[in-house]
Amino acid sequence: MNTAATDTADVQKEESMILQKAMISANYDALSTAHEEGKKISSTFVPGNLNELLMCFDFVRNLPEINALQAGMRKKSGGYIMEAERSGHSEDVCTYVKTDLGMMSKGQVGPNGKPLPTPDLLLLSYTGCFTFMKWFELVRDQYDCETAMLHVPYQADGKITENMRHFVVTQLKEHVIPTLERVSGVKFDIDRLREYLRESAKAEDDLVWVLQSAKNRPSPIDAYFGGVYYCGPIFTAFRGTRETTDYYRSLRVEVEDRLAKGLGPVTPEGTLEEERIRLVVEGPPNWTHFRDFWKMFYDEGVVVVASSYTKVGGVYDFGFRHDPDNPLETLADYCLGCYTNHSLPSRVDMLCNYMDEYQADGFLVNSIKSCNSFSAGQLLMLREIEERTGKPAGFIETDLVDPRYFSSANVKNRLESYFQMIEQKKARGQDRTAA
Amino acid sequence: MALEEIVEHCQNLYDDLDFSSVIRWKNAASGRKVIGHMPVYVPRELIHAAGMLPVGILGGGDQLDVIHGDAYYQSYICRIPRSTIELAVTGRLDVLDGMLFPSTCDVIRNLSGMWQLKFQDKFVRYVDVPQDFDLDVGGAFYTRELQQLRDDLAELSGNEITDEALNASISLYNENRQAISELYAYRSAQPWQAPTPEVYLLMRAGMLLPVDEHTSLIHDYIAAAKAIKRPVRDNCRVVVNGLFCEQPPLGLLKSIEMAGCYIVDDDFMLVARWLLKDVPTNGDPLRNLSHAFINYSVETSCKYVPTREAKGKFLIDSVRNSHAEGVIFSSPSFCDPALLDRPMLQKALTAQGISYTAFKFAENSGQMQPIREQAGTFADSIKLWSAA
Repeated sequence: MNTAATDTADVQKEESMILQKAMISANYDALSTAHEEGKKISSTFVPGNLNELLMCFDFVRNLPEINALQAGMRKKSGGYIMEAERSGHSEDVCTYVKTDLGMMSKGQVGPNGKPLPTPDLLLLSYTGCFTFMKWFELVRDQYDCETAMLHVPYQADGKITENMRHFVVTQLKEHVIPTLERVSGVKFDIDRLREYLRESAKAEDDLVWVLQSAKNRPSPIDAYFGGVYYCGPIFTAFRGTRETTDYYRSLRVEVEDRLAKGLGPVTPEGTLEEERIRLVVEGPPNWTHFRDFWKMFYDEGVVVVASSYTKVGGVYDFGFRHDPDNPLETLADYCLGCYTNHSLPSRVDMLCNYMDEYQADGFLVNSIKSCNSFSAGQLLMLREIEERTGKPAGFIETDLVDPRYFSSANVKNRLESYFQMIEQKKARGQDRTAA
Repeated sequence: MALEEIVEHCQNLYDDLDFSSVIRWKNAASGRKVIGHMPVYVPRELIHAAGMLPVGILGGGDQLDVIHGDAYYQSYICRIPRSTIELAVTGRLDVLDGMLFPSTCDVIRNLSGMWQLKFQDKFVRYVDVPQDFDLDVGGAFYTRELQQLRDDLAELSGNEITDEALNASISLYNENRQAISELYAYRSAQPWQAPTPEVYLLMRAGMLLPVDEHTSLIHDYIAAAKAIKRPVRDNCRVVVNGLFCEQPPLGLLKSIEMAGCYIVDDDFMLVARWLLKDVPTNGDPLRNLSHAFINYSVETSCKYVPTREAKGKFLIDSVRNSHAEGVIFSSPSFCDPALLDRPMLQKALTAQGISYTAFKFAENSGQMQPIREQAGTFADSIKLWSAA
């Protein structure tokens, strides 16, 4: 145990985590009462989410992926998945989709214990994941509500071309915005969009600062398990709000303080006292056993210093910021730039950059059964990154929200062996340096 | 050519995992180049117009021993990418000068990146097609993408792709699609005369042969089939769905027919049937190809269906037009498009009172008895319902 816990019965949380929890709860409450208050609801996805645009039309934002991961963390997803499979959905397909569909057939009760109303609009930002397209066809089939489609081309050659950007902007102008106007009854105001984008950029600056604080030794944050909390507001229903700007400002102050004091990350059992291993992790986490999974790392003094999952709702650490001067073009660039919309060579380059910049000791893939967008090709990525960096790589398999695919003993065994290998390799390196 | 000879020729092409016919084509003249493409759809006309041979790469089937390919993929990913990698790392795809990866699904999409990493000396392009079907939006995007592909293929081949050359290629592919339509209509009318395993082999041959040669072969097959009389069985008529990417073992198709089902429509090799009408052969060829894609292309699980009402209509029309009595969903294991789509298609069929059954396969599935039993039971149940 490497944590300075006073009482393991009390889960330790950063102030920002508490603030974020309040934001998420408030959004679920807003969703529950939206129709009573005459507001419209839009469902949309995390990667390529157009939160600023939706806010221009006063939509309350619902994110089925977040509902699914919340269900996973609350140990409800297993039942939802089996419900969906009983109604004919294949055991082979994405468990986020099945959790969403199963949840729907069980009354669509949100984490606040209240039913989530039927959305008025499905905004399908088809970014970086084929399944999204079918997911919203399936949801549309259930709800029979309007769907606005935004096809975001794939960055296959590692760059955004003018044709891609133009295509996304044209869809926004010709199809998405008119649909949002029609469904909401609110006229589009581009200056309102600019204001939201201005707020987004401020929050993005602070988020990047927080994520990059992990370049320090010891890292004051865990950029995977802690990172998913840090990304929560900006990846979901809050980007572009003043509240989010304030959240990231307070998070930054909190991390600056930890950095000044030379403290490690906050874990559920307290501050990590000794940072033994620094990792870069590729792939989403498992949500059904999130706390157990994290414990396998912090118990061994392992800190994740960079992760790809914290880029899935937007890649900001290579310079992109939402630009209020070019509002539609910047939305296009944002959507095009989300992590899983990058080619495999670009992803490899990005991860190698993290290995180097964050002085990582190893590279770990958490391969998710449900998610071919992430998973297909990860074994080759692993070999490439191992070869280029000379650092040991590890590979584990879990799932997003299907508890049947989280084998705790297997994962723990693999991780422990992998951590031992890293330590031995580090020790050999130190021996050679000493000699 | 006699029917047996045609079928044997196609079977030999199908069995040849070394792409000998492609190698022979390439070596027949200096400077020839070959472009591979994965399912489901690429505009082969552009490759042809550059003087190159388009070759469909459809995995390794049930005869390829996958040794290296499994090291590239987790167990929960479908079979076609691992056998395709196997073909490549064992040198069988060395004949290809480039590969096109269409926007079929995340696995094929990511395979394009794997190719970029592993085969850096090869030309690799991901072919994005629009999921927005407005001519001025998705159509305009696709036209510009086609222009980029045209430029890239011209550079690779060393041949300028003129409008005239491209219109000539479009004309040849129109003839090929007409021949295939004739073949499918013939099979639908008299499925005992054109058994699906033979039709399948004929379609597979089109993935390897030059387009005009394939068109002739189809005409020869139809003529040869008409010249003989084959026994009519008391089979039910079915449409098979889900076979658009990873390919079924030939034994699976034989098993379905042996179990009492005549396959009267399918979604094999959609690249050859993607466009449902002739593409105009005058005017701007890229615009024409783009308009054809937007206005009259097939519906498959890889495409977005813009309205709830339209979902499944294409399959229902296929059932109606081919006078089928039911649908067999035969989906590859771990195939996201097919398996995510299936419940919606089943619902649409149910609303129309159309029967269906469903099972999964992998390209190397060896045990056909369960499939035969399921298809047989399905055929029996249709016969019983029909009698009622």
